[in-house]
Amino acid sequence: MTTITNPQELIPETPKTPPDWRQYFSFSTDHKVIGIQYIFTAFFFFLVAGIFAMIMRGELITPEPDLLDRTVYNGLYTMHGTIMIFGWTFPVLSGFANYLVPLMIGARDMAFPRLNAAAFWMIPVVGILFILSFLVPGGPSQAGWWAYPPQSVQNPTGNLVNGQFIWLLAVAISGVSSIMGALNIVTTIIRMRAPGMGWFKTPAFVWTVMAAQIIQLYGLPALTAGVVMLLCDLTFGTAFFDPAQGGNPVLFEHFFWFYSHPAVYVMVLPVFGIFSEIFPVYARKPLFGYKVVAISSIIITVLGGLVWVHHMFASGTPGWMRVLFMASTMLIAVPTGIKVFAWVGTIWGGKLRLDTSMLFGLGGLINFVFAGITGIMLSSVPIDIHVNNTYFIVGHFHYVLYGTIVFGIYAGIYHWFPKMTGRMYYEGLGKLHFYLTFIGTALNFVPMHPLGLMGMPRRVASYDPEFAFWNVIASLGAFLLGVSTVPFLLNMVSSWISGKKAGDNPWRAIGLEWLVSSPPDHENFEEIPVVIAEPYGYGKDEPLTENMGG
Amino acid sequence: MNIKRIITLGAITLFLAGVSFWIGQLSYSWFPPQASAEAILYDDLFSLLTGIGTFIFLGVTLAVFYNIIFYQAGRYNTSDGPPIEGNIKLEIIWTAIPLLLVIAIAVISYQTYDQMDLHGPTEIAHLPQMMDAAYADTGQSTVESMTEIEVDSQQWAWIFRYPDQNVTSTELHLPVNQRAHLKLRSKDVIHGFYIPAFRVKQDIIPAKTIDFEFTPILEGNYRLRDSQYSGTYFAAMQADVVVESQADYDRWLKKAAKQIPTLAPNQAASEYARREQKSDSAGWKTVVPAPAPMVNYHP
Repeated sequence: MTTITNPQELIPETPKTPPDWRQYFSFSTDHKVIGIQYIFTAFFFFLVAGIFAMIMRGELITPEPDLLDRTVYNGLYTMHGTIMIFGWTFPVLSGFANYLVPLMIGARDMAFPRLNAAAFWMIPVVGILFILSFLVPGGPSQAGWWAYPPQSVQNPTGNLVNGQFIWLLAVAISGVSSIMGALNIVTTIIRMRAPGMGWFKTPAFVWTVMAAQIIQLYGLPALTAGVVMLLCDLTFGTAFFDPAQGGNPVLFEHFFWFYSHPAVYVMVLPVFGIFSEIFPVYARKPLFGYKVVAISSIIITVLGGLVWVHHMFASGTPGWMRVLFMASTMLIAVPTGIKVFAWVGTIWGGKLRLDTSMLFGLGGLINFVFAGITGIMLSSVPIDIHVNNTYFIVGHFHYVLYGTIVFGIYAGIYHWFPKMTGRMYYEGLGKLHFYLTFIGTALNFVPMHPLGLMGMPRRVASYDPEFAFWNVIASLGAFLLGVSTVPFLLNMVSSWISGKKAGDNPWRAIGLEWLVSSPPDHENFEEIPVVIAEPYGYGKDEPLTENMGG
Repeated sequence: MNIKRIITLGAITLFLAGVSFWIGQLSYSWFPPQASAEAILYDDLFSLLTGIGTFIFLGVTLAVFYNIIFYQAGRYNTSDGPPIEGNIKLEIIWTAIPLLLVIAIAVISYQTYDQMDLHGPTEIAHLPQMMDAAYADTGQSTVESMTEIEVDSQQWAWIFRYPDQNVTSTELHLPVNQRAHLKLRSKDVIHGFYIPAFRVKQDIIPAKTIDFEFTPILEGNYRLRDSQYSGTYFAAMQADVVVESQADYDRWLKKAAKQIPTLAPNQAASEYARREQKSDSAGWKTVVPAPAPMVNYHP
């Protein structure tokens, strides 16, 4: 059992740090290199899928389908959603988990470094498959990221290799990669925490990452099974979901949502963790109710597995099932509310510093409260029946995925940029980036709510003229969001090259990752720290570790 | 000092409650006309939830801005805030209140859902309680049950059959103030039956017949849209819904029954034909739309 605590001894020596740029293109087993590889690759796919979104918003700026052929629009919206989820959000958060978890728990690397690298290198394959599917005859999948049969298996080209086939293959590979990553991360967190780091001395980010990765372990098998069955229906003529031959298409909906609703928590939990790390640093106060915040993540993991039918309220579900899942969905508001109140409690009466990470954190918090409120509305069966599959839903989940998750990711990137690169970013460009992003988010996604209430279905390439006004505003917001990435990219590139040297701990933050050099050495810790205090001891003037201070 | 604090908090709460109530009332204007009995119930519930939601949103936002304004550290101030790690009483309160609140919302939502009595593939249709409430407004006391209309959906057209009169139409006609009974069917993929002005929606699963009910209460023209993504021409799969008086409805049925079936215009079929003619089409190969339907009546 003890061998597992020091796995680096088993693997071939990798070059000493700081790693030069070529290392980021190699099969490195260093968790920090892999973490940055994940973040970079994911950000590339974020830009690709973002361009898809802007082309779609270009089509939707007028009611008629005049910019694109309908098939092209359908392919773009499918790949926008797919790449944003499987190419951006999952991988970028895996990147954060990879980079931060070993540093935060005082380990020298992940439990299975080679598995880690293998899981990462599947992501470029997945993303490239998605993009290449635009080149096959018939174009990419045009079935939406849900891929509901029978529509998804219609295959008008009749070819064996078609867009939907590639889509299913890529999603299955992504699932394998995620399962490998989840196994690695959960093992690392359970087995490799530094001496003295009991569960209630473990940082909140680590708690949320574990809660999220456990969901991958119980949820992904259902999606993978569904995807494989759908692939068989498409390619080998089986009829699992074909109603004409006695199959049941609603069964696929269950397979899909049993994983894909909890998947939202896989994406949002680590962002809750980032918020919980950032607010104490920039408010100079301990995380309010740390233990309850930590446990509430695990409660979300459990409850999150019991709510999937709320995506199917308008589907062929009986009344009793609708009511049962309405109740379970509403319960999730309780642990989530605990977190929100705890963050407000954390900043309450502190010494606030509005650096860029804090701005993104607070902006993300406000956006999340908004998304949470529309979420409660949607969990109510009668409310959902009218707005289900309308733009109200699109507005709601973009406030979660962009307003909350992307904001949290930006907050995290700014906060740990000095640690990852050893250099400071430019605060002015950062603030410009924040304000453009915040305004763009509101312009883009708020109008979607009234559109949904008026009855505009999602996934349409054309719409009735009565919806034109709000669509124009939303499109302008989308273009502004595109523009907002320019100061970010400028900032990151120029700061990495010529930013001010950061030092080990520019934010005067408490945490094991701030006790090592920036960027950390290959081995992270010369001596494994012995933890003696709870995290977030702001204002308490007590050391975090026995041997390294803090 | 304490009394001053209570008064301030009370005043803020009252103010927020007022604003929330106002936004809740405003929410009625965000919807299409209330053209069904279900819509009245729906808009009331939505208004209530909007009010509660506004209160919570403004409360949290106000708390954040209060701290941003009054507790920002000076530029060279490197001191820490008070090391408060939690407050058990406060944490119990902010667990218990949301719990009670969501239980209340769930109960109220269930009651509304029960009153709407939208359908149930396994439930026998019965006259719901809500009819009394809905008909108090229209001044009618009895509700006649209407014969069933068959709704056939396919890629990408809606066809409505009135079996007793042997009428087919691409426009859905319904008599006002009568419970409409529909039988929803799909020939190919999953479609969604959605009339925003009625606030009702139901997925149509192929190889299944789904009973669906609602009560139109306002004469006028409305839109029926496909709400479950169904492929290339999904967005074009719309139909008009006409709610009219019993007399007009009877007249329309009689007239339609006499008409010989003719080819109805169909957006998907005509767009597809146009696309096939153009050789420079930038699109990909698509499922071929069903031919434009032959019906007794089309607009």
